[in-house]
Amino acid sequence: MDLNIIWFILITVLFTGFFILEGFDYGVGMMMLGRPKNERAQFVRAIGPVWDGNEVWMITAGGATFAAFPHVYATMFSTFYLALFLMLLALIMRGVAFELRGKLQYSDWINFWDFGIIFGSFVPALLWGVAVVNLLRGLPIDYQMHYVGNFLNLLNPCAIMGGIFFVLLFAFHGANFLALKIADRGLVQELQKKSVCLGLLTLFAYVLFAGVAAAETDILAKLGTVVFLGLSIAAIIAGCAGAYAGKACKAFISSTLAIACLTIAFFNALFPRIMVSSISPDFSLNIYNAASTPHTLFLMTIAAVIFVPIVLVYQAWTYKTFKDRVTPADVHYH
Amino acid sequence: MDALILSRLQFAITTIYHFLFVPVTLGLSIFVALLETWYINSGSYEERVKLKKLVKFFGTIFLINFAMGVVTGIVQEFHFGMNWSEYARFMGDIFGAPLALEALTAFFIESTFIGLWIFGWDKLSEKMHCLCIWIVAFGSNLSAFWILVANSFMQHPVGYAIENGRAVMTDFIELVTNPYVFGEYSHTFFAGITTGGFLVIVVSAWKIATDDESREMFVRTLRRAVLYTMLGTLGVMGSGHMHAQYLAEANPMKLASFEALWETEDPAPFAVVADINQEERRNDSEILIPKMFTFMVHNSFSGEVKGINDLQKEAVEKYGSGYYIPNDVRGMFWSFRAMVGTGGLLLFIVFVTGCLAFFKRDEIRDYRCCLKLMPLLLPLPFIANSAGWYIAEAGRQPWIVVGLQKTAVAVSPNLSAGEVWITLIGFTAIYLFLAVLAVFAAVMFIRKTKITSEE
Repeated sequence: MDLNIIWFILITVLFTGFFILEGFDYGVGMMMLGRPKNERAQFVRAIGPVWDGNEVWMITAGGATFAAFPHVYATMFSTFYLALFLMLLALIMRGVAFELRGKLQYSDWINFWDFGIIFGSFVPALLWGVAVVNLLRGLPIDYQMHYVGNFLNLLNPCAIMGGIFFVLLFAFHGANFLALKIADRGLVQELQKKSVCLGLLTLFAYVLFAGVAAAETDILAKLGTVVFLGLSIAAIIAGCAGAYAGKACKAFISSTLAIACLTIAFFNALFPRIMVSSISPDFSLNIYNAASTPHTLFLMTIAAVIFVPIVLVYQAWTYKTFKDRVTPADVHYH
Repeated sequence: MDALILSRLQFAITTIYHFLFVPVTLGLSIFVALLETWYINSGSYEERVKLKKLVKFFGTIFLINFAMGVVTGIVQEFHFGMNWSEYARFMGDIFGAPLALEALTAFFIESTFIGLWIFGWDKLSEKMHCLCIWIVAFGSNLSAFWILVANSFMQHPVGYAIENGRAVMTDFIELVTNPYVFGEYSHTFFAGITTGGFLVIVVSAWKIATDDESREMFVRTLRRAVLYTMLGTLGVMGSGHMHAQYLAEANPMKLASFEALWETEDPAPFAVVADINQEERRNDSEILIPKMFTFMVHNSFSGEVKGINDLQKEAVEKYGSGYYIPNDVRGMFWSFRAMVGTGGLLLFIVFVTGCLAFFKRDEIRDYRCCLKLMPLLLPLPFIANSAGWYIAEAGRQPWIVVGLQKTAVAVSPNLSAGEVWITLIGFTAIYLFLAVLAVFAAVMFIRKTKITSEE
């Protein structure tokens, strides 16, 4: 196994971590839609101690892509220019909202920032879905790895369905997380009902998306991908069943596994490509033509092997520290 | 305006905006950590109540600022790929590594431990809680180190080779120990201390003048902040001076540009003010201090300092025909004076405030009207910081990586001017909007919060 493959795996790991951890943060943000003020405060408090650390998984996934596959970083980020602009606006609003919402006690002030959190959670969830599907579906990338399409090329039905699927999946995941973290039993039951609905909707969106994707991409070409896709469907069903039975832990683990399997399936379908060119297969960016030198890859491998486990340890410790369920009395902190 | 100039403008706006918050994070994190260390080592119950409130008070200001810094930092990272894809291709082998290391070693600990710090008051032991803010401070300052390693390479490439038309890393240790890093990092670190410290001075002074119940505690923070800021200001001056001397060998074009020295001279004079004519490559008029520039560079009154015109000729010999002079010598010249001028003024103000805080402690209330005006001076360190980065980055032009890649070829080729207009306007609008709200929230918070011994 060469360093390029190792880095493809590491990027997969980082994106898996990102989608699992930010997935429920985005989901919790979206679950705030239409909830009364005191419940929104509890939701925010549930992810308050961890959302910032979770977001770093995205930044690290981006930074690692830059270091290991600079051409992917260059092509992907310039291709998705306007989409990333929207995502950045959303992430800016969301990040500032978490900090400022509790600083003043006027209803309008809190409502405004909570809207920022909802918007700032929905938009990235949607756009990551759109982006990921486009990587596999193929984009007009020329022989110099330059994107020669426009913004509308990104908004094809297949990608949009992928985006909606991501939104629903993350909302499902977020509802499961909240069911684990909220102390109010009545609220938890309500969340679990929602989780069941969201899980079923996710499955429905999944089937639609998979149908279009099977026609438009080569996602079903590898057995491994099909297996992981199957596992992710099973995990979503198990999550629904868990939520229906009132087993919050089972439901959350299931949606976590669903996201993990889906991410692995997706990267497995891509391998060894990272960005598919719709002009010619020769123009696709892959783990060799887009990579850094072995020297840099080796150096970054050492760094990743040392630091990723350390990060996992102290982030796990954070979750342990804040393992208690959030009560309405907890929210005065923020 | 084309996509190139708009992308440059957008990057400049984002960087300057981002760097309004970064130095506060660097300096205030350490100050809050010191305050909390003071708190956990304090004695009487009453004292502890007040100190804990004080830690939370400055902690909250820190957090508002921190959030603004974090979100603009993400924009910064994304920009390298969004607007500067050809730069990312050319430099990725080198530039990606410190960026990824910044995320792995610094961002993770910063953002994880800040969460523990905010919500962990009742969950962690006192010592552990205090350790969290120290780790945040360490992480912030470590992240500054990594990004300055990356920036230093752009200013002064080392430890690389050119292979297949792109720069590749040959020696990581050389990259990290680039002497340019030392100058940039020490200057930035002390600028952070100064900015964070001065913010505490201003807030404390204002509270002393307007909030009688909390005055006692803020006199105490004022005294500590004065010493802290004084240390920062002296450090920033020393490191800046050393770095400028180093520039004489590492990047003489930048040095000559911010002093508007067009011809090589021995000894070279220092221009206090100059009417710069970039087109004809001379100063139309100037007020000079003879030999001074040479003295600043060589610590003696004799010695040559190279001028812009000779450096241009050297560059043409080295890189082929082209225009290698930073295209805004006038802006650099005045930015340098703005930076040094505000720095000097800052030192003076801190000194005077220190005299008040230490020698007029009991009568400090009599100076209320002066203290009340202190917030008007708050922009000073921010002006100095922005001017400093302006010189550093404008002085690198026309290069994006000095000697290796020009800014003009680094921009993403697929972007249209229209697209960049949309994002430029969008980012600028949201920056302004959020700055207003964040300042509003901070001011309201500072106004209403009292530091008393009541629970």
